[in-house]
Amino acid sequence: MQETDIQFLENSFKKYYFDHFDQIKVPERTSEREFGYQKFNSGMTRHLAIKDDKELHLMLIQNIPSDVYCSNAYYTFPNLPMNEKDWKEADLIFDIDAKDLNLPCRESHTVSICNECNEVSKNSSQCTKCNSTKLEKKSLPCNNCINASKTEVTKLSEVLIDDLAVSKENIHVYFSGNEGFHVYVYDSQFQEIGSRERSELTDYISFRGIIPESFGMKKIKPNRASFPDFEDKGWRGRFSKYIFGSKSKRSKIITELLANGYSSFQKTLDDASDNIGVKIDPNVTMDIHRIFRLPGSINSKSGLAKIQCNDLEKFDPYIEASFLSDETVEILANCPIEFKLKNKKFGPYNNEKITIPTFAAAYMICKKLARIA
Amino acid sequence: MLELGQDEIAKYPFLADAGQYLKDQGFSLEQFGSDPDLKHLIEKAYERIRVAADGKIYKSDLDGDHVSKEAALPREVFSFLLAIVLLKLSGMHTLIKRFALAEARRAEKYLEKDLANISDESKNQLAIRVIDDLFSVQVEKLDDFFVIPVSNYLKHSINFHEREWKLINRHVENGQVYLSPHETVRLIRKELGTYINSKIVNARTPTMIPGFEDSVNKLVSLSKKFVTYTVTTGEYPPCIKHAIEVLEKGENLPHSGRFMLATFLLSKGQSVQQIAPLFKNAPDYNERVTLYQLNHLAGTSGAGTQYSCPSCEKLKTQDLCFATSECDNIINPLQFGRKKK
Ligand code: SF4
Ligand SMILES: [Zn+2]
Ligand SMILES: [Zn+2]
Repeated sequence: MQETDIQFLENSFKKYYFDHFDQIKVPERTSEREFGYQKFNSGMTRHLAIKDDKELHLMLIQNIPSDVYCSNAYYTFPNLPMNEKDWKEADLIFDIDAKDLNLPCRESHTVSICNECNEVSKNSSQCTKCNSTKLEKKSLPCNNCINASKTEVTKLSEVLIDDLAVSKENIHVYFSGNEGFHVYVYDSQFQEIGSRERSELTDYISFRGIIPESFGMKKIKPNRASFPDFEDKGWRGRFSKYIFGSKSKRSKIITELLANGYSSFQKTLDDASDNIGVKIDPNVTMDIHRIFRLPGSINSKSGLAKIQCNDLEKFDPYIEASFLSDETVEILANCPIEFKLKNKKFGPYNNEKITIPTFAAAYMICKKLARIA
Repeated sequence: MLELGQDEIAKYPFLADAGQYLKDQGFSLEQFGSDPDLKHLIEKAYERIRVAADGKIYKSDLDGDHVSKEAALPREVFSFLLAIVLLKLSGMHTLIKRFALAEARRAEKYLEKDLANISDESKNQLAIRVIDDLFSVQVEKLDDFFVIPVSNYLKHSINFHEREWKLINRHVENGQVYLSPHETVRLIRKELGTYINSKIVNARTPTMIPGFEDSVNKLVSLSKKFVTYTVTTGEYPPCIKHAIEVLEKGENLPHSGRFMLATFLLSKGQSVQQIAPLFKNAPDYNERVTLYQLNHLAGTSGAGTQYSCPSCEKLKTQDLCFATSECDNIINPLQFGRKKK
């Protein structure tokens, strides 16, 4: 990124941190958490301890970070090196990212930026100008992507509440600021479990690793009566609805399943993972030493804020997460894809000099699809 | 501490405070060595160990799960307590391990029976309390099942590799996992063995008691049968040797060096207890901190992640590598001596 772009983003972010500090959600038990931040074009500063929101505010204003992070873990000494921190517990975190959902629309809103010559082309595997293969993909997620991610969040909440007895108030959903959602679970029975346990929990949530026996299909003498039923709690009930469709078809389909045999049933279960299992990134949940984007902070991949969604269904990130100013700025844009922010349409731009509001300029500059003219 | 009835002490003798129990019964260890009426109990204790060493479960005098005759209870409990004394006097660790394991298996059977005993509420209440007290697993009874919190279940079940223990293959409802009595006990089997083992390891070693010598000597020769010499093929790589030398000289080994050494030895199967003494000579040695850190690296405490030994490349950047030609073609110290051209 060139110096003028960095300066522009820094100024816009600074104004945000100044005007919108109330957006920043200082996590509870602040002093037990590890903080970290990144500045434009430089590495990560982490292992920071912060006392309260005053100190956090100061840190933001003084450093104007491109990205700010905070641990989900609680430590006795958050500022010491990793193995001396004395880990105590960690909130349970889930990451749902549109890019992991492999939606068909994705191709239509992904561009490739050449690392050699900066040429922007529609999703190709080679630079159309210099043939270089060193390409960086940037996606401008569409509504379909956002909606599909929301569906996963809803599925996740259901499993958390119904199967794992997490109370609704302790589940907080955040838009990540870019392509997905972060779901935080506070004060659950899972605070103190380690990484292997969390990994096992993600298998449960994503319906992975199930064996036919657990759903009534035995290798020898399978028993109709132990097949799941519509009214069953948890995955048995969810699987019933998925596989039988309606109550009336249950008996007929069980007969089919039995006829097809054990390994076919295993295959059915594996396919079900992809359909009814919740699509979460298991690596994120099992990492209990990670620092996560701080709620309320700006994501430098988009210039949008990571904010809490109180009404997920109605939530529109392109209206509610865009906080940068309306002041106009002149940029050189090379953005072949149309996008919408704050209810205004922008693009496509083909290497044009334009004057547009800061929030839209920042969005494109963050995606490397524009620079300050 | 649990309040135990006679049947319970006989079934779960490891729950009793050994010294106190003997005193309450009006006995001293010396009496067992000298009193002709009691001496045969030492013989019985020896038998109990011998059977365990053979990998079998000692057949007790219990009739079902009740004490059969008046005299059986003392025999039952005394033979257990005396077995511990004999084991301590012999100092044979292989025997202690085998004994603890066999005793755990024995108790497991009773525990399972007690849990399944729906007709006797007090029995399964006791079993539930044993599990709760010793292993901090909160068991609750619900219809024919025992239910425990999912988080508790995960902590124990992740050590099992069979797929049926995966959470997804369990009946989960309301944040709890439903288990049969058999599964409940199976879940804590390992802890039961560890518990009995640590109880024996931590018991005070008495000085030799007249009348015990014969059985102790028999144990020493018995244990010879089980000594397995672990043959270490090849030797440690230069970086590890160097780190050990530095520590032995009482010089300071940087944190990264200690990390390398500890993770290397842990990966080679050494235990925290075996490794800790290496650091004794370090100028800043602190036993508590060392154990804490080692346990952390081993993944047995805190976060539960097991750390792995850093790569040779990483160690080179930390000035910890002292490569020789024997290091050729390896990328991690753990591979040293394995890849032979
Ligand atoms: S090459 Fe690897 S094994 Fe050999 S001394 Fe260096 S770090 Fe150790
Ligand atoms: Zn190019
Ligand atoms: Zn899309």
